[in-house]
Amino acid sequence: MFSPVYFDHNATTPVDVAVLEAMLPYLGQRFGNASSRHDYGRTARRAVDEARQRVAMAVGAHPTEVVFTSGGSEANNLFMRGAAECLKPGVVAVSAVEHPCVREPAHWLAKKRGWTRHEIAVDGEGQIDRDDFERALEKKPSLWSVMLANNETGVLQDVPRLAEAARSQALGGWFHTDAVQALGKVEVDFRRLSGAGVHALSISAHKIGGPKGAGALVVDKRVELAPQILGGGHERGLRSGTENVPAIVGFGLACELAHVRRESRGQHLTGLRKRIEKGLYDLGATLFGAGAERLPNTIYFALSEIDGETLVGKLDRAGFACASGAACSSANPEPSHVLLAMGVEAGLARGAVRISLGPDNTEQQVDDFLATLHQTVNELKGMTALA
Amino acid sequence: MLKLPIYLDYSATTPVDPRVAQKMIPYLTEHFGNPASRSHPFGWEAEKAVEEAREQVAALVNADPKEIIWTSGATESNNLAIKGAAHFYAGTKGKHIITVATEHKAVLDTCKELERVGFEVTYLVPQENGLITLDQFKAALRKDTVLASVMAVNNEIGVIQPIAELGEICRAAGVIFHVDAAQATGKMPIDLASMKVDLMSFCAHKTYGPKGIGALYVRRKPRIRLEAQMHGGGHERGMRSGTLATHQIVGMGECFRLAREEMGIENERIRMLRDKLLKGFMDMEEVFVNGDLEQRVPHNLNISFAYVEGESLIMAIKDIAVSSGSACTSASLEPSYVLRALGRSDELAHSSIRFTLGRFTTEEEVDYTIKLLHDKIGKLRELSPLWEMFKDGIDLNTVQWAAH
Repeated sequence: MFSPVYFDHNATTPVDVAVLEAMLPYLGQRFGNASSRHDYGRTARRAVDEARQRVAMAVGAHPTEVVFTSGGSEANNLFMRGAAECLKPGVVAVSAVEHPCVREPAHWLAKKRGWTRHEIAVDGEGQIDRDDFERALEKKPSLWSVMLANNETGVLQDVPRLAEAARSQALGGWFHTDAVQALGKVEVDFRRLSGAGVHALSISAHKIGGPKGAGALVVDKRVELAPQILGGGHERGLRSGTENVPAIVGFGLACELAHVRRESRGQHLTGLRKRIEKGLYDLGATLFGAGAERLPNTIYFALSEIDGETLVGKLDRAGFACASGAACSSANPEPSHVLLAMGVEAGLARGAVRISLGPDNTEQQVDDFLATLHQTVNELKGMTALA
Repeated sequence: MLKLPIYLDYSATTPVDPRVAQKMIPYLTEHFGNPASRSHPFGWEAEKAVEEAREQVAALVNADPKEIIWTSGATESNNLAIKGAAHFYAGTKGKHIITVATEHKAVLDTCKELERVGFEVTYLVPQENGLITLDQFKAALRKDTVLASVMAVNNEIGVIQPIAELGEICRAAGVIFHVDAAQATGKMPIDLASMKVDLMSFCAHKTYGPKGIGALYVRRKPRIRLEAQMHGGGHERGMRSGTLATHQIVGMGECFRLAREEMGIENERIRMLRDKLLKGFMDMEEVFVNGDLEQRVPHNLNISFAYVEGESLIMAIKDIAVSSGSACTSASLEPSYVLRALGRSDELAHSSIRFTLGRFTTEEEVDYTIKLLHDKIGKLRELSPLWEMFKDGIDLNTVQWAAH
């Protein structure tokens, strides 16, 4: 059967075979509710505890710092809303390129809870603008959220430096980072981040070969958090609801594998990425964030006068699954807020195509892709010339 | 050959039906796409599966698929329904909420949180049989009542509240009516086209589906609006953001489809086994059923064995997996707040066991359980001085206990 080449790993990833194997018993005989006191329950509880240790180990945290959630969006919401609820309304500072599940809670805090929102500008490469960061500092934010790696561009932020600067003001604000896209691709070490003044980070299973439906907020115990889902007091009272044992088990193993394989995978992905980038430059493409440090797997580009949707549609029919933006907003015809924040002109932004590679992608696939792209672009340009 | 321990805790969670698991697995492997991906078949297939499951869930409760919002489970659904509606309508309707003292913690803790931010909550105390009366409910209504939340089926004692009648009362009074139906799906018919329920919470893992997935029914006519509790990419029409867990959603759809097809026959079989269990226990002395036996789902039996200490009883019957309360609160040694609300004494509440039967319970398992309880209750009572006093005809309520 014809199977398209999957180049959309920042949207979601296939579940690793070993992860699936680990999960299956918990969809079968080991089905207990982790809160039950009988054998079935205790088996489930042990599995959750073990997964918590694996997650903690992979991100350099203590198991008691890991709060399981239903995914990255919930983890980000838990921090933004939960931490805000325990503070007097003040300034919340988030970068202009955050995922909607950080931006929207910040909007909500401003709209409904009396907070002042400072959206920290980024420069042309998608990195935090130093001057605007200084302006944010002056406002003494009590909540910060700056992502480690952007989901669209793959651009990395120097989170330790930013957190350290925020702390050096001795203002006592909480600093959070969305590490959903960084995990498994670059180092995510909560101890190290914590040393620099980061208090919490969010991660998700389905971006690293784990199942959808599991994520975590890794959070320093000094941070006072109000739970957002109440009832029963699971997860040290921070997140109630019957534990999703199979997904948590899968998440634990996926974290461990991502951690162990990160360096070798990183080399492989960087090699592929460079190969694609070279081909794209040959075609005269604009690569967004090219001057910044980026994830090894993400390429975000546009070709002038070629519409992103159209190109992605053509590539799909030729057997390559790419994205024209982030999955969760791909129903949205507006140009990417990330690119607009980077000062990219709206016309060019509408041409944006994202390729996000995964460990199973090969050089052959990359070469086939480039050949297809070349042909497609020529066709499209021909059509433009005729019109 | 009987496999021990025997699982009689189907209200805590159910095994995933193998037919459901089979449907789920391809969505973890070859059909792994993100349903929000619009630019390739990986996404389209996932989205198609999600929408088919939405139809299956809607079909079980006779709703429109557009009225089904996916969540991570009934706890989240209850939080979203109650906080979402209370905050959205507080300004226009008021800040009074009615609920029942025997609701699940997901409802009670959410109501407590709302009290903290300025809402007023009336907690109705049910009658001894666990049911609330319509008059009692009507009497609690106020001009500023914005929302009422009453569960369809109690998780500990299995009694069925008069949801249809309460819905009529709420609609007439302009009060939004939320029902926690986590324990009801597949156990009793639910017809949202005829019942005047505005919001209803569901989950999969009590109905032979996977954990980590639930849904909230949000009525469209008349339209009910909610303040989202989780913000982001605007999934689920803005009411609940976050990547949809396709395999779990597929599992929920399939388990609700099976429930719709099989609940008629299945519930009769389970009722027969439950009645056999009940009959098997009732020939012991001083055994009391908690909750109404008529207005009750067929799979639940909650019984107090007087003059037996609860913890020792649980230890003595390790061959069966049961609980002495709901799973969520079973880590605590406090007697069940549900049984306390019914007016049971601490002692009786402590010596109660919840037996919940299900799809895979066999007659052999029921027979074994009856015999086991007979043996162990007999032994424990032999050791109990209270039992001895009771047998000697001493009314324990009149005994003056000396303090040491």
